[in-house]
Amino acid sequence: MIRNIVIALLVVGVAGTAFWGYQEHKEKNAVLIHAENSYQRAFHDLSYQVDLLHDKVGSTLAMNTRHSLSPALTDVWRITSEAQSDVGQLPLTLLPFNKTEEFLSKIADFSYKTAVRDLEKEPLNDQEYSTLQSLYAQAADVQGELRKVQYLTLKNHLRWMDVEMALATGKENSDNTIIDGLKTVEKKVTGYGEANEMNPTFTSSEQRDENFKNLQGKPISKKEAIATAKSYTHSKSGNVEVNVEENGKGSGYGFYSVSILDKDSNAELNMDLTKKGGYPIWYINNRDVNKTNIDLNQAYTKAQEFLKEHDFNSLELFESAQYDNIALLNFVSSENGVKIYPDSVKIKIALDDGAVIGFSADEYLKAHKTREIATPTISEKEARDKINVNVKIMEEGKALIINDLGKEVLCFEFLGTIKEDTYRIFINADTGQEEKVEKLKNSEPVYENLI
Amino acid sequence: MKGISSKWKWLLLFSCITICFGIYPEARTNAFSSQIIQKGAVGDDVIELQARLQNIGYYRGKIDGVYGWGTYWALRNFQQDFGLPIDGIAGATTKQKLTNASNFNKAWVHEQINKGNEFTYYGGVPIENQVKAKGNGSGGSASKKTPSDTTTSANLPGGYSQNDIQLMANAVYGESRGEPYTGQVAVAAVILNRVESAAFPNSISGVIFEPGAFTAVADGQIWLTPNERAKEAVVDAINGWDPSENAEYYFNPETATSKWIWSRPQIKKIGKHIFCN
Repeated sequence: MIRNIVIALLVVGVAGTAFWGYQEHKEKNAVLIHAENSYQRAFHDLSYQVDLLHDKVGSTLAMNTRHSLSPALTDVWRITSEAQSDVGQLPLTLLPFNKTEEFLSKIADFSYKTAVRDLEKEPLNDQEYSTLQSLYAQAADVQGELRKVQYLTLKNHLRWMDVEMALATGKENSDNTIIDGLKTVEKKVTGYGEANEMNPTFTSSEQRDENFKNLQGKPISKKEAIATAKSYTHSKSGNVEVNVEENGKGSGYGFYSVSILDKDSNAELNMDLTKKGGYPIWYINNRDVNKTNIDLNQAYTKAQEFLKEHDFNSLELFESAQYDNIALLNFVSSENGVKIYPDSVKIKIALDDGAVIGFSADEYLKAHKTREIATPTISEKEARDKINVNVKIMEEGKALIINDLGKEVLCFEFLGTIKEDTYRIFINADTGQEEKVEKLKNSEPVYENLI
Repeated sequence: MKGISSKWKWLLLFSCITICFGIYPEARTNAFSSQIIQKGAVGDDVIELQARLQNIGYYRGKIDGVYGWGTYWALRNFQQDFGLPIDGIAGATTKQKLTNASNFNKAWVHEQINKGNEFTYYGGVPIENQVKAKGNGSGGSASKKTPSDTTTSANLPGGYSQNDIQLMANAVYGESRGEPYTGQVAVAAVILNRVESAAFPNSISGVIFEPGAFTAVADGQIWLTPNERAKEAVVDAINGWDPSENAEYYFNPETATSKWIWSRPQIKKIGKHIFCN
């Protein structure tokens, strides 16, 4: 009797488990198919966009008038951005696919900058035309390889989920058509090598001194790095643990990372300094700040004292903001009344005791150099006339900014309003061109209070 | 003897404090604290500043306790009309003139803010007519806030919304909650470096949700609730701190499965993470 009951219970149990397992299996498959489909969509869409890109770049080669060239280049720009977004949805992070992505972004940069230019006045020059030709040839190669992978995927029902698995487990050496195919694409693009470097005006981001080459001074030792870091701590306690490390080989410039742990208060200061000259790039002295005892204006005074102490001269306040109990102040260089926006230093002040708990001179060190600031060729009145009549101008001044093409340009700066919105407008002081118009952000409502 | 003398001292000190803090400012201004208010400030003084400027028709924006551009222009216009130096900074003289020229019903204004009502504070119109109570009328938001925290807006680093910051904080917390603070700022900086880089998607969400890019996204840890520290790290990274020194990748050598990641040129190590290019 008992035996029969036990058997019956077991049978029910087994049947139940089997049913449950089957349900789980079905659900898991549904989820897998869903994920697979979204990968497939991104991949097929990518190869379609590259097809389209190749055709469009091809047709621009035959165009000659601004009338047709500008819209066509704009279209190329749009397609590259679609293709980039498709690449971003594929599980390729662990696969070296960078060169292909960089290729897409190069086409995007090139097409954007030529499309927005007045081609009537400044048509494509020979060099740009040959760039376009070489982009066309490369696009053809990428298109060909991608089509091959696409064909094999469709023919052999290859799954992107397997690619993801293979990449995640590091077993990519096993036979995997998709991975191999994409590696061929990458190799092709890499093969064009440096010969394909674009015209210098198109490498705006590379114009900045990313590697602190402008810095003056002799290389410092680890000991000097520690001494500099210590001069920032203002810690009276002798009970500290100091650590210093050199940069790895992957960095474009030499730096030391210093950390100073005050064992009494458990506060830690971290700082990176350039090896050349020993300039602090940034430091963070993180601790909880739970009270506000001083106001933003007092924090500003503290920041000024700090800058003076560390030999930053001729900086003026550009922006200040209060986040909870911390003040953030952004300073920029100023020479003869010209604000130099690329030279920016940021300082974080704790509003409980006014201590400097953060400092970043990254941008300042990259941009700062002795400059010859030219005198404007147009008058302020002329610059003012270039501004949209709907803008009510409230404040004006002169400023040096980096424009769309990555060049430093001297501008007249205007702050103005249209109704409740505030705008910052830069008019080139030589050409009278409108270099930049920014709508300045107002504070954002806290949504938690709106719901 | 000792007891008496210290008692006297305390009494003296107490009366000094009373004179300094209690009586003296009361006689001069009965409103603003001694704060010099400049652009970017938040808090009760800013609420008062906005309300007073609105009371005499200079400020038309929302009274939210954050000194933004709207408040700045309003204050400058006020300073111009009242013959004060036009600097957009509310110092003692400006505050005094403003106090004399306008009315401020602190209790009423704070009550409206705490209830979450939409309201204005123009002079010449009965205040009862300037309130629009919140839709559902529950006034539930009052309980969420601490009494001192009356500002209803927030300062944000340029170009980013609170939701962007929240999303990044989720990723940073999921990826590196056991790491030192600098390590968290570095992770946030890597996300931003990727947005800038040609080889990655061009938006924060694109970078974070790129398949396989972050383990925390793959295993769902991104949906843990981040703490304030993670958010602070994100704000620091957005404001220009980059402890990773321009890195675009990082990995934990103990758990990394991909061999390829080891081939990347390494920049530095923070906590358990190695940052590379």
